[in-house]
Amino acid sequence: MKRAFSMPGFAIGFCMAIVFVAAALLSFFWTPYATDGVDIVNKLRPPAAGNWFGTDQYGRDILSMLMVGARTSIAVAVVAVGIGMGLGVPLGLAAAAQKGSLIDEILMRGNDLVFAFPALLIAILITAVFGPSAVNAIIAIGIFNIPVFARLSRGAALSLWTRDFVLSARVAGKGALRISVEHILPNITNLLIVQGTIQFSLGILAEAALSYIGLGAQPPMPSWGRMLADSQTMISFAPHLALFPGAAIVLTVLGLNLMGDALRDLFDPKINRER
Amino acid sequence: MLIFTLKRLLSLGLSLIAASVVIFVVVEIIPGDPARLMLGINATQDAVDALRSQMGLDQGLLARYWLWVSGMLQGDFGISYTYRVPVVEMVQGRVWVSLPLALYALLLSTVIAFPIGIIAAAKRGSWADWLVMGGTQLGVAIPNFWFAMIMVNIFALKYQWFSPGGFPGWDDPALAVKALTLPAFVLALPQASILARVMRSALLDTLSEDFMRTARAKGRTAKGAMVHHALRNAMIPVLTIIGLQFSFLLAGAIIIEKVFFLPGLGSMIFTAITQRDLIVVESVVMLLVFAVILVTFLVDITYALVDPRLRRRP
Amino acid sequence: MKHILLGASALALTASMAMAQNTGITIGDQLEPPHLDPTAGAAGAIDNVVYINIYEGLTEFASDGSVIPALAKSWEISDDGLTYTFTLQSGVKFHDGSDLTASDVVWSLNRARAEDSVNAQKVLFANIADVSAPDDTTVVVTLSTPTGNFLFNMAWGDAVILNEGDDIEALKSAPNGTGAFTFTNWVQGDSITMTRNENYWGDPALLETVTIKYISDPVAAFNAVMGGEVDAFPTFPAPENLPQFDADPRFTVIVGSTEGETILSTNNKMPPFDNPLVRKALAHAIDRNAIIDGAMFGYGTPIGTHFAPHNPAYLDLTAQSNYDPDLARQLLAEAGFADGFTTTLKLPPPSYARRGGEIIAAQLRAVGIETEVTNLEWGAWLEEVFKGKDFGLTIVSHTEPMDIGIYANPDYYFQYDSADFQALMDDLNGATDPAARTGILQAAQRMIADDYVNGYLFQLAKTGVANADIRGLWENAPTQGSNLSEVYWAE
Repeated sequence: MKRAFSMPGFAIGFCMAIVFVAAALLSFFWTPYATDGVDIVNKLRPPAAGNWFGTDQYGRDILSMLMVGARTSIAVAVVAVGIGMGLGVPLGLAAAAQKGSLIDEILMRGNDLVFAFPALLIAILITAVFGPSAVNAIIAIGIFNIPVFARLSRGAALSLWTRDFVLSARVAGKGALRISVEHILPNITNLLIVQGTIQFSLGILAEAALSYIGLGAQPPMPSWGRMLADSQTMISFAPHLALFPGAAIVLTVLGLNLMGDALRDLFDPKINRER
Repeated sequence: MLIFTLKRLLSLGLSLIAASVVIFVVVEIIPGDPARLMLGINATQDAVDALRSQMGLDQGLLARYWLWVSGMLQGDFGISYTYRVPVVEMVQGRVWVSLPLALYALLLSTVIAFPIGIIAAAKRGSWADWLVMGGTQLGVAIPNFWFAMIMVNIFALKYQWFSPGGFPGWDDPALAVKALTLPAFVLALPQASILARVMRSALLDTLSEDFMRTARAKGRTAKGAMVHHALRNAMIPVLTIIGLQFSFLLAGAIIIEKVFFLPGLGSMIFTAITQRDLIVVESVVMLLVFAVILVTFLVDITYALVDPRLRRRP
Repeated sequence: MKHILLGASALALTASMAMAQNTGITIGDQLEPPHLDPTAGAAGAIDNVVYINIYEGLTEFASDGSVIPALAKSWEISDDGLTYTFTLQSGVKFHDGSDLTASDVVWSLNRARAEDSVNAQKVLFANIADVSAPDDTTVVVTLSTPTGNFLFNMAWGDAVILNEGDDIEALKSAPNGTGAFTFTNWVQGDSITMTRNENYWGDPALLETVTIKYISDPVAAFNAVMGGEVDAFPTFPAPENLPQFDADPRFTVIVGSTEGETILSTNNKMPPFDNPLVRKALAHAIDRNAIIDGAMFGYGTPIGTHFAPHNPAYLDLTAQSNYDPDLARQLLAEAGFADGFTTTLKLPPPSYARRGGEIIAAQLRAVGIETEVTNLEWGAWLEEVFKGKDFGLTIVSHTEPMDIGIYANPDYYFQYDSADFQALMDDLNGATDPAARTGILQAAQRMIADDYVNGYLFQLAKTGVANADIRGLWENAPTQGSNLSEVYWAE
């Protein structure tokens, strides 16, 4: 961890991301103003002392909305990554353990099939079927994380299966399941963390996009993407409505990507040597 | 090679069948009755039922799946519930917006990414490298719909350099290109960022390899070595990314087509979903999935031709 | 394949070339019609294209909402109010060249009222007992009971006259009417073009071509008007942008009235809304002005009942359901909901519903009513709310003219079942005397306000924007659709 912080990319990225995580956590206890009421008289106020980021079209404080919105974005992305890892990693490990078997073949073809569907398209279909909601957005994004993690962990596990320490474990009579859990999984954790960070940032972008087209979080739950969608007809006379939520998305995603890249450099000895 | 191709072809066919089943099942359970939607809120149930049987919606699921698939194999994508015209006709008009948009975006992405990727690699560690790396990070992080909103406000509404949206048709190619420029640029930006990073690291990888050192030792200048050896060897990963990006751009333009109200395939799917025009949704999604699967197949085959080791896939 | 395509784009070329300034106009609209047969679908978008412009009825609406002669140049009503004898205009030709005769009218009306008719407003024809054509220019309609607003009914877009024997399926994509414009081209998902009918029986249209371009997204609509892609957007979807257009000398903003009563529809059969006290509490919990201001940016007239304020028979009953959250809480407590309750609020796509919903949800929360908000596309809304009646609350604008009669139908989606009200509507149908009709209509308005059937919010304003040089666009929307033959460019 210490080594990670000595990398400027990681340190900067971490600072950016932690601000939003902190804001999201803080919003559970306190926000400058309530976000569940409307105050039409005070609508569309530009940024000023009372409301640092101004107010929206219903007179709600934008800073407060952003804090609660961070909660939505982070929750959706985290759970989606969780789904992807929780299902994808076991599948990938199983496929690697049974390389060349029917299971392996089916899993990999299934992966290809999911990859063949443009992600946004299937998310739109899913929400069209089950109705737009944050939960369905999570499912839609999560489904696309499964093959990502399955492929990654299969590939990494395959190369580990030929290594000496695994061979000796096999000789010692350990089963495939035990080897996967005890020897393979700990050795691919680094890879999973890097990919998890990247998928996390992609998840935030995807949630924003789905909410933007009205298929993600539903009102009154604040969401960055929906704030942008609601504000777009007003961007020409109240630019602050679009500026702050957009900047929040960019900074969070940027922070996570910087962290992810730094971690990859750190964990990958080859690239590390190159730089 | 022949066996490899046949195996890939078989897998392509199976993927298509699986995809068609998935799409059909998902689309059929979309709630909402197309007949009711067409007749509106005050229509009587009798009227709706009459229309349902007219549209063939009262037939069984299996019969409808077979009709759809067998029709598609003959190039007949069915008749739009909403507009009562063959889906093929609707798609034809749309393809000439979506395809040029995707190609244009791909071109822009390549044109932007190549030079900055090369510069970053050649001047590794310099301020130019830092600038490129930072800029590309930003390019990946910006949500493209937000970027589109900003671009439209600045370059279309304020300065009126580009049209804020719409598509005038290909009668005047200059106008058409003008209409596609802003959407293509917005689509291209994140792709260009990714491509530039891939370009840079691919170049760095090859620059460090032995034959490059040999080339340098044989007296080639840094620039000459870059052009003659590194670029050529870096092309494989770069072309992979470009292949992947093409199918992504073709399908991923849904939001951008919506922001710029371009009459393309993406906006067509979106409207079709809101209109419960199931046959259009099914057919166009299938078409896009087919495009993606086909591109993947072609990329695989090309690789196998270039690098025989890949024929035995892990 | 490619040749067909080139052919299609060449067609689009001629269409867009012909649309040079001063002879053509491009009009923006949000919803594209599913097809172009107004007698086989209720979609207002169909009427927005074909009503008056392509298809005409015996009578039609003028821009002020009055009923004027159209294909029928005059009529006589028998003393018992049961027989209407229409005399048709002479020299009327359909766009395909065939003559309009009385038998076309008989065929059209009989088709609309037939058992298997797919007409979305069959009720308009329900009282017709017989239609006959004694000669080529005379149509006699016999009613089963006196119907005070029969001429009004015949002015609807659903009652237009078609050419006898036309292939109904073909009409859906290639309409054949008698109007001042002929249908030219439809680029599905994009635009519809009409061209002036040079053989029109009445005053010819002032414009050569009219293109209606479909832009559903409010932002895209704003950009299209700003960028000059469309010349007019008669029902502009984003009221917040109107001040900008108003300040820009290139544009004029046109604000008028519509027949759209925007209401917080309440499921009268679903507990706790079956309790009148709860509905009354709901009515007092809502701040109409905040909704008009917040959702419509000030455009809209508050209403206290289901009736259009510009109608002479309108009663202002807004005071009866004034904003009083304390009273609302008290009423809820009386009804046994001191701690409030949770219900569903299902919102269709228009911004009045989505934005109004967000404000209403906050206002209801303030008196203890929690709402689960769901945004629905029209298809799902029709399925779940309108047909399935699976909702607690919804917001929708009822844009049909004079539609208070929907409260007499206990199966209508908000499920108001009152024998008194149904009797009142029977009286109305029998009454032909204007004063008596006004009296009944006002009693009806009071009754639904007293029963707090729905939350009455505001009358939707028609907020449009157009190029400042365009003249002749309808200011008001007495019905869906408007007469475009009087539109022209100044200069």
